[in-house]
Amino acid sequence: MDPVKVIEIKKSVFEDNDKDADALRTELKRRGVYLLNLMSSPGSGKTTTLVRTINLLKDKLRIAVMEADIDSDVDAVKIKDATGVQSIQLHTGGMCHLDAEMTRQGLDGLGTENPDLVILENVGNLVCPAEFDTGSCRNAMILSVPEGHDKPLKYPLMFSVCDLVLVNKIDVIPYFDFDLEKCREYVRMRNPKAKVLPVCAKTGEGVDAFADWLLKEVNEWKNN
Amino acid sequence: MHELGIVFYIIRDVKAAASENGVDRIDTVVMDIGEVSTIVPEYLTDCWRWAADREKLLRGSELRINTIPAVSWCDDCKCEFGTVQYGKTCPHCGGGNTWLLRGNEVEIKQIEIKE
Repeated sequence: MDPVKVIEIKKSVFEDNDKDADALRTELKRRGVYLLNLMSSPGSGKTTTLVRTINLLKDKLRIAVMEADIDSDVDAVKIKDATGVQSIQLHTGGMCHLDAEMTRQGLDGLGTENPDLVILENVGNLVCPAEFDTGSCRNAMILSVPEGHDKPLKYPLMFSVCDLVLVNKIDVIPYFDFDLEKCREYVRMRNPKAKVLPVCAKTGEGVDAFADWLLKEVNEWKNN
Repeated sequence: MHELGIVFYIIRDVKAAASENGVDRIDTVVMDIGEVSTIVPEYLTDCWRWAADREKLLRGSELRINTIPAVSWCDDCKCEFGTVQYGKTCPHCGGGNTWLLRGNEVEIKQIEIKE
């Protein structure tokens, strides 16, 4: 057998990204910019929820949105048309998530003026975005009723990294076997600190509670 | 394709390690992958084949995976148990005051070069 030279590395694949993310958070704190990382499956209603929420908050806060997708700019255009706030599209170049470096590039692309609130709409996916810290101040995710209340059991990491879980499309609960109490219990199993808010982006039900949560978060981030 | 993204990160770190050590060819990259890391080993090696062959440094190289069993700890009865078999619930006391000790690693252990 040929002699083999071994070079020890012993390094987590996520280590560099975790460092970049911490550096970005420190910088955002200094600039007084609150970054929310919003994650979910494709089709859970992220963009519709954002449009409703932004329209409730845009007179109180300077808001910008970064839309991350593998391709197209339909979401960025939709946000801009429906709310008037600044929105830019980030392409991940085939990757299934955004990392801290891509997030920083997106923030730079927003220009020099400091918004109060930047919402990052991550790629629709319950696995990879949970593994890569974007440098956001908080993580939120949307679970929509048709997906089922057992998602926290199937995607444990996603629910353990989220500070807020929005249960969307609650208007269709009567048509699905979705148990909201079970859902709350499963989220608690993964993360006892996570807050669960039932909403319906289509009718607007519960969206004000999400807007209030965001407003409070932004003010605390700036003032503490 | 979650594993392809991970492969790009591995390649980036391995290239950095190679240049630090003055190495211009790598035969094997050894990974420690936890049982509950959400990585599917077969997908990871498939993605490796596709991506590594596009890098001069890594052409033809093998990705070898050590699987790290997932072990949880129960804080109530102070014992360890297999996470994959029992999940969040301690098999000894039935409690849920448990957490993962190991098994979510996605670590590059070492690189090997045949001399």
